[in-house]
Amino acid sequence: MTEWFNDLKAQFILNFINEGRWKYLLNGLGITLEITFFALLLGISIGVVIAIIRSSYDNTVETMDSGLGHTILKLLNAISKVYLTVIRGTPVVVQLLIMYYIIFATSNNKIFVAVLAFGINSGAYVAEIVRSGIMSIDKGQMEAGRSLGFNYVQAMAFIIIPQAIKNVLPALANEFITLLKETSVSGYIALQDLTKGGYIIIGRTYSAFMPLIAVALIYLILVMFFTWLVGKLERRLRSNDH
Amino acid sequence: MTTENSSLNPRGKDVLIEVKGLQKHFKNSTVKALDGVDTTIKRGDVVVVIGPSGSGKSTFLRCLNLLEVPSGGHIWFEGKDITDKKNDINKMRQKMGMVFQSFNLFPHKSVKENIMMAPVKLGVMKKDEATERTKQLLDRVGLPDKIDAYPGNLSGGQKQRVAIVRALAMNPDVMLFDEPTSALDPEMIGEVLDVMKKLAREGMTMVVVTHEMGFAKEVGTRVIFMDSGKILEENTPQEFFGNPQNERLRSFLSKVL
Repeated sequence: MTEWFNDLKAQFILNFINEGRWKYLLNGLGITLEITFFALLLGISIGVVIAIIRSSYDNTVETMDSGLGHTILKLLNAISKVYLTVIRGTPVVVQLLIMYYIIFATSNNKIFVAVLAFGINSGAYVAEIVRSGIMSIDKGQMEAGRSLGFNYVQAMAFIIIPQAIKNVLPALANEFITLLKETSVSGYIALQDLTKGGYIIIGRTYSAFMPLIAVALIYLILVMFFTWLVGKLERRLRSNDH
Repeated sequence: MTTENSSLNPRGKDVLIEVKGLQKHFKNSTVKALDGVDTTIKRGDVVVVIGPSGSGKSTFLRCLNLLEVPSGGHIWFEGKDITDKKNDINKMRQKMGMVFQSFNLFPHKSVKENIMMAPVKLGVMKKDEATERTKQLLDRVGLPDKIDAYPGNLSGGQKQRVAIVRALAMNPDVMLFDEPTSALDPEMIGEVLDVMKKLAREGMTMVVVTHEMGFAKEVGTRVIFMDSGKILEENTPQEFFGNPQNERLRSFLSKVL
């Protein structure tokens, strides 16, 4: 028993203490959180805009007569559809590599490239989630807003979107968790995120067990913490309506 | 300001809404929901629209503030053609309050926020001014203690009274009611009708689509009977109920009265 424990202790010191190897994990965690945070902001922004375009088109395609506004909406809707198809139809690693090696081949800012790639990827999923939320809101809500004198965009912003987001919060939280874990492929463009940090330690110490378990545990704790946070937020929002 | 607008109307300064040859056909339907409706609503009128379901009465009402876009004809509100795309419909809607059958309160906002949202965000009133008006209006409909409640905690009758207040908060020149009591439990109809009657007696111009014949008799200045998208009879309540001319109206009244 003591021998097993001593061995474990030696492994721990070798992998995390010697040469300050724990810093690979800490710095990696910082990068993972940074990419996730900004990609999340970008994803939600893209997602909400695309969702509004798509649902506006679906709502008005029957009633709107031809005009400049309708043509623009039609075009935006077509672009959105292409975006959704391409992003959801290809692996995120491939998108990341295309972004890094082709589109931003001259850029050295890897974090920027990663944020862009993951944000654009996440935006496609957020768009469909938010769209389902918008479609779940009774059309009387929009009519009530318009009848008071709000224009379409104001009614969307003040009345529809807040309710839609509230309704899809669990699905959005799920997308966020997916995003956080997907950033673990950042190592493909030589970004030293959390996963890559663990991988570097393995390269130094030739022992896989400790670094990998540590990396997995950190992801797990992050996800559990976030799930708890969203649960709290959900309960607070729900307490208003019965 | 509104009196200046109405003076633009060549037909007389007390005309608020003028409807000419109003047509509406929905895309997926072969029958016309509205088939040439003409009428004039003057300031202070309480016009009650009745008719069987599918007669086009709700469609007519919803055309008045362009929630339904007419397929033909014109509607002038305070002298301006609302079907003309050059006129800002959002500005005109601020002067036309609407109350819906299913209340359509905003469930994520408190009663106070429901009422204050439009006046404040649309820049019609300052926040403290709107707060004052909200309290005053809630007092008038007997709900001063519900100011911080959420719609989910209100009864149907209370919701509809809040919805009326929400529309009134914008100081509209006309109030449109789309079957305001049809979704209510019988014992709650009275409290909503009382608020509407009070409003009518105070001189608010109202267009009311309803099945409440008592309301029409008591406070209506004019009653309109619609069927298959047309106005078949239009008269004072006394004449309308006492001496109906149209055959279709007579058979309708014999069934509902």
